[in-house]
Amino acid sequence: MIPLNDTAMRLLLAAVVVLPLLGAGAALLPAPPGLRGRSPEQAVLRHGVTVTGAVLAATAVLALGFDHDRPGTMQAETDIGWIPALGVRIHLGTDGVSLPLLVLTALLTFLCALYSYHRPPEGPRPQAFVALVLLLEAGTLATFAVLDLMLFFLAFETVLIPMYFLIARWGGAGRERAAWRFVLYTLLGSVVMLLGLLLVGLGAEGGPTFDMTALAEDGGRGLTHTTQLLAALAIGIGLAVKTPMWPLHSWLPDAHTAAPTVGSVLLAGVLLKMGTYGFVRIVLPVVPDGIHTLAPYLAAFAVTGIIYGSLACLALSRSGAGGDLKRLIAYSSVGHMGFVLLGVATLTRTGVNGALFANIAHGLITGLLFFLVGAVKDRTGTTDLDRLALGGGERGGGAALYGRAPRLGGLLAFGAVASLGLPGLAGFWGEMLALLGAYHPADGLSRPAYLVFMALAALGTLLTAAYLLVVVRRVCMGTPHAPGAAPAPGTALPDVRGHEFAAWIPLVVLTVLAGLWPAILLGLTGPAVQNLLPGVSR
Amino acid sequence: MNALAQDPVRSVVQSVDWLTIAPPTLAALGALAVLVADLFLPERRKPLLGPVTVAVLALAALSLLPLRNGDRTTFCLTADPAVCSYVADPFTLAVQFLVLGAALVAALLSMTAVRDEALPRGEYWFLLLASAAGAALLPAARDLATLIVALEVASLPSFALVGLRRADGRSSEAALKFFLSSVTATAVSLMGVSFVYAATGSLHLDRVAEELRDTAPGLDTLAATGVALTLVGFAFKTAAVPFHSWVPDTYAGAPLPVAAYLSVIGKAVGFSGLILVTVQAFPSYGHVWGPALAVLAALTMTGGNVAALRQRPERAHSAVRLLAWSSVGQAGYLLVPIAAAAYADEPGRAVGATVAYALMYAAVNLGAFAVAAHVGRTAAANRITDYRGLYAAHPPTALALAFFLLCLAGLPPGIIGLFAKVAVFSTAVDAGLGWLAAVMAVNVVIALYYYLAWTAQLFRAPAPAPATAPAPAPVRVAAPLTAAIALTGLIAVGLSGAPQLALRFAADVLL
Repeated sequence: MIPLNDTAMRLLLAAVVVLPLLGAGAALLPAPPGLRGRSPEQAVLRHGVTVTGAVLAATAVLALGFDHDRPGTMQAETDIGWIPALGVRIHLGTDGVSLPLLVLTALLTFLCALYSYHRPPEGPRPQAFVALVLLLEAGTLATFAVLDLMLFFLAFETVLIPMYFLIARWGGAGRERAAWRFVLYTLLGSVVMLLGLLLVGLGAEGGPTFDMTALAEDGGRGLTHTTQLLAALAIGIGLAVKTPMWPLHSWLPDAHTAAPTVGSVLLAGVLLKMGTYGFVRIVLPVVPDGIHTLAPYLAAFAVTGIIYGSLACLALSRSGAGGDLKRLIAYSSVGHMGFVLLGVATLTRTGVNGALFANIAHGLITGLLFFLVGAVKDRTGTTDLDRLALGGGERGGGAALYGRAPRLGGLLAFGAVASLGLPGLAGFWGEMLALLGAYHPADGLSRPAYLVFMALAALGTLLTAAYLLVVVRRVCMGTPHAPGAAPAPGTALPDVRGHEFAAWIPLVVLTVLAGLWPAILLGLTGPAVQNLLPGVSR
Repeated sequence: MNALAQDPVRSVVQSVDWLTIAPPTLAALGALAVLVADLFLPERRKPLLGPVTVAVLALAALSLLPLRNGDRTTFCLTADPAVCSYVADPFTLAVQFLVLGAALVAALLSMTAVRDEALPRGEYWFLLLASAAGAALLPAARDLATLIVALEVASLPSFALVGLRRADGRSSEAALKFFLSSVTATAVSLMGVSFVYAATGSLHLDRVAEELRDTAPGLDTLAATGVALTLVGFAFKTAAVPFHSWVPDTYAGAPLPVAAYLSVIGKAVGFSGLILVTVQAFPSYGHVWGPALAVLAALTMTGGNVAALRQRPERAHSAVRLLAWSSVGQAGYLLVPIAAAAYADEPGRAVGATVAYALMYAAVNLGAFAVAAHVGRTAAANRITDYRGLYAAHPPTALALAFFLLCLAGLPPGIIGLFAKVAVFSTAVDAGLGWLAAVMAVNVVIALYYYLAWTAQLFRAPAPAPATAPAPAPVRVAAPLTAAIALTGLIAVGLSGAPQLALRFAADVLL
């Protein structure tokens, strides 16, 4: 949309990856004179806003300079040698698959920084907090921007350490255990993934190479079917832990429950996407035969995840179950990511486009939901659903948000209906396309099996709607009073503040925009997916 | 024969290129100088011996610089100048650099230990330099006699170093254990060498290799036995399972810098000897030593890592014991490329991965020992639980240790650790040793657990101090330890930014 020459684009993409890294280092240094602000804490939180803002601006310019007429080709490519001994190169680039994820990451991190500026995290020094968030951003952006398998692995792992500390140092109850579990699960997964990546890279046709674009062009030529299968399995397990796919998801609810608000938003909004992105970017094009064999199993696990996630949520949302709202949203993520995986497992353009769309939608909506739950916790001091649902008359307990903080209640209801996939909002298109893909999966996949998967997943959408509506009823409306008793007026809670609006409105707007105008995303991903799935007609 | 008749003296006396042999020679001369100086220096001047040792080692390392272009040889046979006993090729130079650099860092670590524990200064520095001289000679040796002599020159002083804490019963016991098992291993090696000599009639590695290609049918068993036995002595030095039982007690009983020294230089001696013997002398017996080393590698990494995993953090000396066991595990990774060399078309290329890995390992392991030496000054038991809250007390030290541990584990930001493992791994895959690659992967996962558990300790909130005891003031890091941590840290960070610096050895043909 704005013409930029290739060098400018390359520099922009490199800056997007390097800026947060430099910012993380700078956050640990004392502020220079003139930027000291009111206190060191305020100065460093402002530094976080500045850096993430600059990164967001850079990604925005990158998105505007991106040639939207050919989103299927790699743009802003940088390719320089790094470790010739192993054939590892610093290869960056972006296309229609990664660009939306880059923008989403930059946006969510910026909103988190903005939110933290006004509401500093409770815990030790904010200097370390800002540095870790920036390091997290650098790792995530690098994951989406690199085109070398080894660099992908490095970026994928870089994210672990900051997330571990964000949970372990700034989290709630049970944080150390949850953080430790998160690290162990993902590390075990990623070691397996590294094996798969090495198998692909070392066995590549024409000598070892880790270049994703070259490997994607080869499309698995030179690898035997067994090698492809093993590689797809190994890489798939690593990515599935991160996604997370049922039954490898059990680190997620604990991590989310213990994490601070910002950690939850970034974990759900951005980190989970790294797993599904890896499926689309690496597994589908590089080992097509392997994933073709594994796809039905992947779809089965995905559908199990959808059903399991929604049943778990239903159980948590019941009255008297003592369910935690954060935990509930974490389980709902398992279900939503199940749709993404189902879309990928159809191996069709429709399904994969749906998966990518659902990816972004989940980032926006769940990011918003975790922000909102954080705000509810700030105001009521709890995320326990039973306590939130107590009648409005009880002193100190009970949220009944519609009456006591109507704007907050409205936003929560909005997030819930967006999450259940109401047509016209972002959550709808991805899930519908994934189901559509499952209706007619790629050639060679058993159609009856996929029809069953589709039916089950559709049932999952119903269950999702059920528990989200239950949550809205209990949290926003409160518990109905016994007939005859006079309704006691609840004390008003502080409603949405300015900085909260600033952090949430962009997410709301984008949710509506993507729901009403899905072409804005599908136009980008469509041609890129076509390149990643050569020879697939649907 | 003609030349012999004409000039009997020249034919026997080999020409010596002093520049080529400078690195081990400087260390040896330095050792003698320190020993003599110790006799004549007044007591208050004796602390000067430490800096002198460091300077000698730095000088010896610098003397590698003029050698770096091209292969130099010396001590060649007058009858056949192509057969030499001392060769300074890229492999030699890389290992000598590793040995001398590591000895330098170990000397820096020793300065505080020698002062704190009142070790006899003259003896200590003499033994350290003497052992380093032997270790620097070994990679250059190209005949079996020089190899064994170098191995012994490197080992004998280290027994004494281990036992130098005279008042400490544990130290003497560790030294005795180390001595007995090491001497047995060397004896077995010597027997192997004699078998090989009997079968081939030569001690020069090149000639042995030629002769072994077509041994007489009757001598075949003798030669194969000789090959297997020769490996034992070197496998012992690398602390390969099942020759590892001396490691944990020796490390925990020895003064800490000596443990650091053994963990790096002992291994360098062992693996460079193994590489020379296998790749240079016995290439035609790859079917004997290839599978043997592969099994040894698998056993070593598994045994070491499982034992390290079982270390309880609250036990006394658990930090040093963990480093000891993890060094056994790391020795397993070092052996993988050597085993792979048996199956590779270009064995000289495969062993490069070992050198690259060893460079990485030397820097970060010494760094970890340096931090352990610092913690050991306040917490004599040196338990892993003593590291809790180190970040709160000494942020740079804690960050350095975290970085070293992540390098050993092979996790970002320890990029060099990751890629060194990838290089080792790819040699196994290239050689078709898929099972060994799988075993290695499992071991990397096991190791992740205990390295990470230790790293997590550093960043936990400090344990609540008993209310009655006044909070101990944080102890400053002693200057030599600071230098050692900074040096190893800089190397590790530099290698992580530009892994090619170390990994180029993995791509070059070294031998």
